[in-house]
Amino acid sequence: MPAPIRLRELIRTIRTARTQAEEREMIQKECAAIRSSFREEDNTYRCRNVAKLLYMHMLGYPAHFGQLECLKLIASQKFTDKRIGYLGAMLLLDERQDVHLLMTNCIKNDLNHSTQYVQGLALCTLGCMGSSEMCRDLAGEVEKLLKTSNSYLRKKAALCAVHVIRKVPELMEMFLPATKNLLSEKNHGVLHTSVVLLTEMCERSPDMLSHFRKLVPQLVRILKNLIMSGYSPEHDVSGISDPFLQVRILRLLRILGRSDDDSSEAMNDILAQVATNTETSKNVGNAILYETVLTIMDIKSESGLRVLAINILGRFLLNNDKNIRYVALTSLLKTVQTDHNAVQRHRSTIVDCLKDLDVSIKRRAMELSFALVNGNNIRGMMKELLYFLDSCDPEFKADCASGVFLAAEKYAPSKRWHIDTIMRVLTTAGSYVRDDSVPNLIQLITNSVEMHAYTVQRLYKALLDDISQQPLVQVSSWCIGEYGDLLVSGQCEEEEPIQDEVLDVLEGLLVSNLSTPVTRGYALTAIMKLSTRFSSVNRIKKVVSIYGSSIDVELQQRAVEYNALFKKYDHMRPALLERMPIMEKTATNGPTEIVQTNGETEPSVLDTKHPPPVTQPANQVRTLKQFWYLHSVLCCCSDPVSPWTFQLQLLSPSSNVVPALNQGTVTQVIRVLNPQKQQLRMRIKLTYTHKGSPVQDLAEVNNFPPQSWQ
Amino acid sequence: MIKAILIFNNHGKPRLSKFYEHYSEDTEQQIIRETFHLVSKRDENVCNFLEGGMLIGGSDNKLIYRHYATLYFVFCVDSSESELGILDLIQVFVETLDKCFENVCELDLIFHVDKVHNILAEMVMGGMVLETNMNEIITQVDAQNKMEKSEVRIFDHENSQSPSYI
Repeated sequence: MPAPIRLRELIRTIRTARTQAEEREMIQKECAAIRSSFREEDNTYRCRNVAKLLYMHMLGYPAHFGQLECLKLIASQKFTDKRIGYLGAMLLLDERQDVHLLMTNCIKNDLNHSTQYVQGLALCTLGCMGSSEMCRDLAGEVEKLLKTSNSYLRKKAALCAVHVIRKVPELMEMFLPATKNLLSEKNHGVLHTSVVLLTEMCERSPDMLSHFRKLVPQLVRILKNLIMSGYSPEHDVSGISDPFLQVRILRLLRILGRSDDDSSEAMNDILAQVATNTETSKNVGNAILYETVLTIMDIKSESGLRVLAINILGRFLLNNDKNIRYVALTSLLKTVQTDHNAVQRHRSTIVDCLKDLDVSIKRRAMELSFALVNGNNIRGMMKELLYFLDSCDPEFKADCASGVFLAAEKYAPSKRWHIDTIMRVLTTAGSYVRDDSVPNLIQLITNSVEMHAYTVQRLYKALLDDISQQPLVQVSSWCIGEYGDLLVSGQCEEEEPIQDEVLDVLEGLLVSNLSTPVTRGYALTAIMKLSTRFSSVNRIKKVVSIYGSSIDVELQQRAVEYNALFKKYDHMRPALLERMPIMEKTATNGPTEIVQTNGETEPSVLDTKHPPPVTQPANQVRTLKQFWYLHSVLCCCSDPVSPWTFQLQLLSPSSNVVPALNQGTVTQVIRVLNPQKQQLRMRIKLTYTHKGSPVQDLAEVNNFPPQSWQ
Repeated sequence: MIKAILIFNNHGKPRLSKFYEHYSEDTEQQIIRETFHLVSKRDENVCNFLEGGMLIGGSDNKLIYRHYATLYFVFCVDSSESELGILDLIQVFVETLDKCFENVCELDLIFHVDKVHNILAEMVMGGMVLETNMNEIITQVDAQNKMEKSEVRIFDHENSQSPSYI
């Protein structure tokens, strides 16, 4: 058998492939050659074959048949073999394959090898993919190597120990003695990995944390030396001495000082020194400053230091480098809760970042802006945020709209401002608002009684301009339905439309392709409501009857019911289509929660005039249905031949809330027209949720005094 | 902790892929593709940080990348790493490669993938930063390469320039 081709030959060959299929063919051919070579147990070129296999694995082709070969390579005496074997183990194997346990013995032997590079390979592999069983078996060896004087091995052993601790946390105690003089090392590599090890231990165990607090002075000293030492070529990165080690130490100091006054006290000076002395022209300096700021904010530092930190972040915001702005915004977001006033000082810079071109920066600036909104700056901030909403990418619009709504709700200086703001959002980002904003908005409008005329006029105008944004259209049609009389009555500030124009607009919504079925439902109900507010009843009747044969079942049902309302129940129409009363927010009825108005389930008698909190005009139809249910309940008790012997009028109940523990009552008056003097009987059905589960209660009242119905 | 280190070119072809957490082979390839999609869309003058794609852990993990000529160097890290620090680490890595390969270019990475892995193994171990001193790394890599060379007894006539088993 000729010698298998070299790795670079293979690579060269694969690169000449012009199509994916060609490449696949070449790789399959080579795989076959490699497989037969493995079968022949060729020791000399096994490493070459595995190297080629690893290359093919990187391109995405299956390479699992090389796993055992990797183990054979690891067991070989040659360094070349071991190197490729361990690399293959790290790339191809993991703890889910049983094969990996066979490595344990090899690694054990190699950890005690005479050559440090072999030991290094073993440590590296164990530290990358060692399973818990392997770690348990080999932890002792790692611990031994942690105490060696060979710095090359010591640093690798430290990171390997971190991996062991992650996999088997109980073994942490075992490494404690070895950590005693880790920090007195001169070698920066060992120092760095030791700090990582200490950090890992402190993060995992509060006992370790208290134990290592005594290291704070030593850490401070090392950091000081790094800053003051002057130029040292081996550790220099862009003029700063070993920034990686500085950052690591700062992070460890952060963890040690977190809830401890004494440690924080000991660190104050060095943190101030680093913060003021670090050169900020390059990324390296900024990395150190950033870490310092995070540490200052996290420990119990004195207030002067905190202000210094936030000012550093403020300076970062003005930096030209995008990365620096990004990390500044991220950190400010973390600190805005605790140091709100200090961050407020940088508000204008943050708001400027909204105009940045970078998407990541814009997002963070938006989140931070919402966090900074308060009663004092609401008007100014909202102007900026609405401008941002206008011009931002679609991916931001939903979040921004929700944020605007929340902020407006909390801090609106006046109702008119509030409604204006909401209208602005609906017109600029109407299609991106969340679904629950429509009912919330309707509730808000209903409750601002004095603004009804103004609101309906503005919404009507918006509707004339654009009917494509469904939430806007839904809210507008609902309002026109409710307050249409105000719209044409001369209460508006500008030229008012006539009734026919309004009906034209609503009918236009019904036929437009842009309207969703839900929107059509809103429009139809609005038209129906106008039958009691406008004079052109015949036109409305015609529209309603047309939709009685609509393909859309929901529309059809509504139209049929409204039709019935015109025909048989015309006398009830005004009462049913009356103005909606002021709604409470979500009906949380206190600790007992006995009566929860939820019109979604079976109707309850108390509920007919008060729509449930989720206010959608669809529930108006349900109100009608509830009414008829009640009606039929009453009537079926009386003469079965002529069921419609009664006429009922339900008035509003005295309150929405039944107080708990028999502390009060709710009364509702029902006026009964009983021309035929039939006996009155009433059946009451109560549905409510108690502690999360629905309950139904039925009661019958048969003992009306004869005077009441005779 | 560093979850993965990926190097791919402007067309998405992987030049190095090292994962420090276990994923199946299919998932690894998908991660490479997803990362390429996310990173290649970025403009030249935006910041070098991105939220990680869904496959690699979503918004808990970040992609920190640098674009050098035809190659993207992407480090996928979790929140315990300093973003600016990793940017510096990428710089040190590239400078080390430059020293080892003398004006490194994409072809060097293509034909000497195993050597790049060896260099990386001296810098990052188990997802954690091991050594950042460039000279130290190069010294160790050179010593190990020498050990390999000393083991080659067969002298390949065609390849007398670079005796090696691989």
